[in-house]
Amino acid sequence: MEKVICLGIEATAEKLGIGILDSEGNILANRTKHQPLKGGIHPREAAQHHAENLRPLLDLALQDAGLAMGDIELIAFSRGPGMGPCLRVAAVAARTLSLKHGIPLVGVNHCIGHIEIGRLKTEAKDPLTLYVSGGNTQVIAFEGGRYRVFGETLDIAIGNCIDQFARNLDLGAPGGPVVERLARKGSYVPLPYTVKGMDLSFSGLLTAATGAARTEGNRIEDVCFSLQETAFAMITEVTERALAHTEKEEVLMAGGVAVNSRLQEMVRTMARERGAGFFVPPGDVLGDNGAMIAWTGILMHRSGITHRLEETRVEQRYRTDQVEVTWR
Amino acid sequence: MRLIGRGAEANLYLEGEEVVKERIPKNYRVPELDRMLRTTRTRREARLLSAARRAGVPTPVVYDVDNPGTTLRMAHVPGPQVKKEIDSMGSKERKNLFRRIGELAGRLHRAHIIHGDLTTSNMIHSGKRIFFIDFGLGEISEAVEAKGTDLLVFKKSLRSTHHEHEDECLEAFMEGYREAYPGAGPVLERLAEIEKRGRYFVR
Repeated sequence: MEKVICLGIEATAEKLGIGILDSEGNILANRTKHQPLKGGIHPREAAQHHAENLRPLLDLALQDAGLAMGDIELIAFSRGPGMGPCLRVAAVAARTLSLKHGIPLVGVNHCIGHIEIGRLKTEAKDPLTLYVSGGNTQVIAFEGGRYRVFGETLDIAIGNCIDQFARNLDLGAPGGPVVERLARKGSYVPLPYTVKGMDLSFSGLLTAATGAARTEGNRIEDVCFSLQETAFAMITEVTERALAHTEKEEVLMAGGVAVNSRLQEMVRTMARERGAGFFVPPGDVLGDNGAMIAWTGILMHRSGITHRLEETRVEQRYRTDQVEVTWR
Repeated sequence: MRLIGRGAEANLYLEGEEVVKERIPKNYRVPELDRMLRTTRTRREARLLSAARRAGVPTPVVYDVDNPGTTLRMAHVPGPQVKKEIDSMGSKERKNLFRRIGELAGRLHRAHIIHGDLTTSNMIHSGKRIFFIDFGLGEISEAVEAKGTDLLVFKKSLRSTHHEHEDECLEAFMEGYREAYPGAGPVLERLAEIEKRGRYFVR
């Protein structure tokens, strides 16, 4: 098979990513830069950040790879799901580069990008994927030609829940690592546990945890501990349900929240007890990154997909199961 | 006692004509949370199985809940899970089946019983009847929101598990549901609202 070099552009939220991969799966460059976080993510400000940093980041990535724009043979970008203004920055950049240099273009589903880079960088073959991040919480498996969503959040994402909790209590941003650190010195207090079939809800938990932390006499460490224990037990439970339901034999973790060591420990324990394989990709491809978009672009292109300009409109609510998987 | 099934949260044993459902401890979660979930779900399940039968929905007869409440003893209902039958059925037969499932779900909601995990894995086709099982995530609630969410769980399980027949099955289900439950209108409106509230939805 002919070797193809692909440039991937990722900009769905606060992080901008540029990745360059060849069709053998070698990561030649994988640069990310994120908007400094004070409070939550402001979509327009994040987009502004991405627009200002895209060109310099692209130059750095090309430099890392030892390539020039003329060496790029395929351009892939995140079409969604994500924040509209951010998505449009990546889309406009991808279209412009494609037109200017005459390079074919592929629009990638961001969630599928996480799965495919995980399959590339771990031994997982046909995993149930637990995708947990600031904006997404999904349990996904390949079934009947598509990545189907077996469980997902019905309201806010797990990362959003923890970040918002940390913001409510002025613990600092990003909230995930702070809450994880405080939780190490905590013990359990009851918080609401909400699982609906294989779906989850975090908004009630967020309200209750915020209230508990503001209640005099409660230790913040205990609330952090219990927030993590409750939310992660919910996530692990629906993952186990989906594992039993789909009869898959591997669990793959993906997304920024997957770096949390307590969550990893819980899912690993569950997988071991069920006799399933457990996989976590390396840190540089776990959170949002350009390499995952480039790699998925290569897979799609190899199966015959190229998008015309009019097919590259961004989709803020792009569903994982909307995409027909032609490359598996 | 013979192990006949290992679900995500419980082991099922067959003892004569009885099924013993034991919610097993999970080492991944803190012991306090683990005990609380296992006991509340087992007790709730026992209560809801009986309530559902009184509402006209076939469920296994409950014989006993142990103390402290992690093991349930009930009648054995022989037959396949509905999930396993769907793909081998003809279209007409499948529609009839989902119409009946819709009716049963309607009866539950009319009695304010929320199942909590409405999927075709939790329905057993035994003789001519369809039994509903696994009420551990359920509750008693009059809230339109709870009923709408209950339907959403079912709808999404069709999408992920029976995608080839999703539309046909859902349509038949809704027909039966509306017929059995006079309060269906507001619940279906809420269902649409809950879907739109979600992180992801098409159109």
